[in-house]
Amino acid sequence: MSLIDLANPTRFLALTARVLPWLAAATIILLAIGLYQSAYAPDDYQQGATVKIMFIHVPNAWLSMFVWGVMSIASLGTLVWRHPLADVAAKAAAPIGAAFTFLALLTGSLWGRPMWGTYWEWDARLTSVLILFLMYLGLMALWRAVDDPSRAARAAAVLTLVGAINLPIIKFSVDWWNTLHQPASVMRMGGSALDKSFLIPLLVMAIAFTLLFVTLHLAAMRNEILRRRVRSLQMMQASRVAFSSEAGAGSRGQNASKEVGAAG
Amino acid sequence: MMSLGPYASFIVTSYAAAAVVVAILIGWIVLDHRNQTQRLRELDRSGITRRSGRSAMDAS
Repeated sequence: MSLIDLANPTRFLALTARVLPWLAAATIILLAIGLYQSAYAPDDYQQGATVKIMFIHVPNAWLSMFVWGVMSIASLGTLVWRHPLADVAAKAAAPIGAAFTFLALLTGSLWGRPMWGTYWEWDARLTSVLILFLMYLGLMALWRAVDDPSRAARAAAVLTLVGAINLPIIKFSVDWWNTLHQPASVMRMGGSALDKSFLIPLLVMAIAFTLLFVTLHLAAMRNEILRRRVRSLQMMQASRVAFSSEAGAGSRGQNASKEVGAAG
Repeated sequence: MMSLGPYASFIVTSYAAAAVVVAILIGWIVLDHRNQTQRLRELDRSGITRRSGRSAMDAS
């Protein structure tokens, strides 16, 4: 099966129905391994046991940006190639991305209180991630505000691509500005600064959360395809009702004129 | 038995929040799927078919 075959929603539904149970099983297994490793990771010499929050916070922070990246590629698919599943993919990803961004902000805040002495600081990294969260909510509101999915898709695609400017700002905010948030310690020049005992659980949790995203995204895309199918069938049903009532009114009008003629 | 130290409440709250948010996401997707398939089934029963002539439930 080629990639172009997946452009057909019916084929996409059939393929994902086969793949989803395997993806869900792999996600559960990896999450279980990641949680076990996180629970038994040693305490950090500075952070103590609060380092365990990082195993949840960092994967969610990475995914908050990754999901917007996926939505940006899907938006290109909508605007440039008019791929039939592109706007379905973008729309389905937004609530999942918003949830991951919310978790990144919340767990970061819960880590910040014992480590920095504050839940929140208006520094560049925290503020740019909060803006990302608000952009997710704005996109979801836009999708709900416009009735016609194809019109909503174009507007949302433009907004998504404009919002993608925020991704490098989030990534490099810790280098460009003097922030309370620490600089990158995993993906950086010269390799990771983390010890293996922290790096391995972190990477396992990151892969598990990425698989969770893929699983939820495919399932949400299936729902969106079904929703559009329902919408088009309901429109068909409404037009049939309108046509039959018009035909009924027409035949009643003809009968009335015949009666008037007969009376005359 | 692992010890979470003086900040156990922050650690436990973080993991609990992540579990709740993920559970809400899964629940929303499952309920939405149930909702859409039920509406398609009702449309199918009322005789509304797709232009291709295939059932509304095809490959769902």
